[in-house]
Amino acid sequence: MSMLPAALEAFQGEWRERASAESRLLPQGKLSGPMPWVIAIMIGLTVVATASGLALRNTARVASADVSGGVTVQIVHGAPRERDRQAQAALASVQSAPGVLSARLVPQAELDALVEPWLGTNAGDDINALPVPALIDVRLSDAANDSQLESLRTRLKSSAPAARIDAQATWLAPVFEAIGGLQWLAGGLIALLAFATVATVLLASRNALGNHRSTIEIVHMLGGTDTQIARIFQRSMAVDAAAGGIGGLLLGLVAISLLGHQFAALGSGMMTSVGLGFSDWLVICCIPLAGVLLAVVTARLTVLSALRGML
Amino acid sequence: MPLPQETIATTPKKRFHGLFSTSIAAYSCFGRNQVPATTGYSLLHMNKPDDAEIVHFDNVGLRYGTGKEVLTDVSFTLFSGRFYFLTGASGAGKTSLLKLLYLAQRPSRGLIRMFGTDAITLPRERLPGFRRRLGVVFQDFRLVQHLSAFDNVALPLRVAGVPEKDIVRPVTEMLEWVGLGDRSHARPATLSGGEQQRVAIARAVIGRPDMLIADEPTGNVDPDMAEKLLRLFEALNRLGTTVVVATHDIHLIQKMPDSLIMRLDKGRLSDPTGALRYPPRSGAAPSRPELPRL
Repeated sequence: MSMLPAALEAFQGEWRERASAESRLLPQGKLSGPMPWVIAIMIGLTVVATASGLALRNTARVASADVSGGVTVQIVHGAPRERDRQAQAALASVQSAPGVLSARLVPQAELDALVEPWLGTNAGDDINALPVPALIDVRLSDAANDSQLESLRTRLKSSAPAARIDAQATWLAPVFEAIGGLQWLAGGLIALLAFATVATVLLASRNALGNHRSTIEIVHMLGGTDTQIARIFQRSMAVDAAAGGIGGLLLGLVAISLLGHQFAALGSGMMTSVGLGFSDWLVICCIPLAGVLLAVVTARLTVLSALRGML
Repeated sequence: MPLPQETIATTPKKRFHGLFSTSIAAYSCFGRNQVPATTGYSLLHMNKPDDAEIVHFDNVGLRYGTGKEVLTDVSFTLFSGRFYFLTGASGAGKTSLLKLLYLAQRPSRGLIRMFGTDAITLPRERLPGFRRRLGVVFQDFRLVQHLSAFDNVALPLRVAGVPEKDIVRPVTEMLEWVGLGDRSHARPATLSGGEQQRVAIARAVIGRPDMLIADEPTGNVDPDMAEKLLRLFEALNRLGTTVVVATHDIHLIQKMPDSLIMRLDKGRLSDPTGALRYPPRSGAAPSRPELPRL
């Protein structure tokens, strides 16, 4: 058992020594420049875009789960007494229908609250004079489909002819479509940011190669391999990207926190369900690692490709 | 400062501690470390030239881009453990020929064989292995400006993956022997031309190359230092390293009467005896090319 740590230690020592020796071949400090800052901005924006995409996905999932089995029965009748009678009959009929988990008549107070933003509650506002439909909130055991809706309509046809039955998911379909569009937008932004990072690293690597061309030629002439030279550049890029990645992650987390507070302040029913789970935070924390990996691989491929043009 | 006999017999050629430094010290005439050239170790390891072919050029031509040929029909064979001078007027193609020798350039035509391998079709990945067998002193030194004299000399060893603990001693000794022991931390920009030249030479020889190629190695030093450098090359040659020195300094060549001379004239190798050609132009030519002595 003691062999493994010893071997690991020996490997680490050898790696450190090789890294130290190779790092002396090129001036490391001059490779850095603005790279960490650029990568920090890229990572910060990627973190915000990813968090937004994940939060939207979570919102859509929660909302979809809430409304998928929801059916609303409206009793639209101008005579309040008849409307109430049909509502009670419909409620009784729906509660005994197969596949119905629960059904409740929405109380008048809730109805008043729903229409309050449009009709008001000030003195003189006679909201009872308006024919507001009675609402029955029905929960099905499965997602609402056309055959179930048709079955409910047939059932209520005789007892509550003024009943109109709608799946709640139908009303929110445009909202889900918009959320889906925003998710695609977030994905596109992430892809663009990754592309911009690759382009930046590519340019930086080429620039560094140009600056150190004479040294690279000397190292080549002394028997240095392309891999050795590429390792120097990728190590330098890894350090820059790691510094930028950590900075970018912190930047992004601050932005997410501020945005979260802004949305929470909206007090919207839908927005209160917005949140990031453990796996989401894990994904967000992996972004700097992905950035470092992307930068290192790009630097390596760029340098190796450029070196292939030299003898 | 001879090494014990048993140490010598079992020490591999590429061992850096003591072996190389002691050998150089035996012949070196730099600084304070002058040691008589008749130590037991030195005599024991005085390699005789052998017939082993190290480089073979056959009808090699070189042109840059679409320009006219700077080297035309160059054919010769270099043998292991010999000392060669490459001479010729400025623009004759000496540096171009050296570039082909140290694998910085591929020829436009012809065949080149190095260390028994076709160097023309040599895959790029195998070039570093060949280059590590060569030591090159460039005309313009080509020192890495951001590295100290020590790190410049250590560069071939680091590139070859020699552990750091095995680098300090030979590099320090090498710098001592080229008279730069007290300048090891100096950057090239703070060194004189002659000092830079010596750092370049130390870098070229630190890895005990099979072949040392030097392009005008004494061009920036005074006559005394030129002779000292020449003696260093001679010492390396006696240890078995094939040495090729490009120069148009006739006095330098005259100081090495046993050396072989190749002359370049407008890109063509002057070969009055035919001894350079392979196969020999006439059956009377010696199997080992003996070049005309200067």
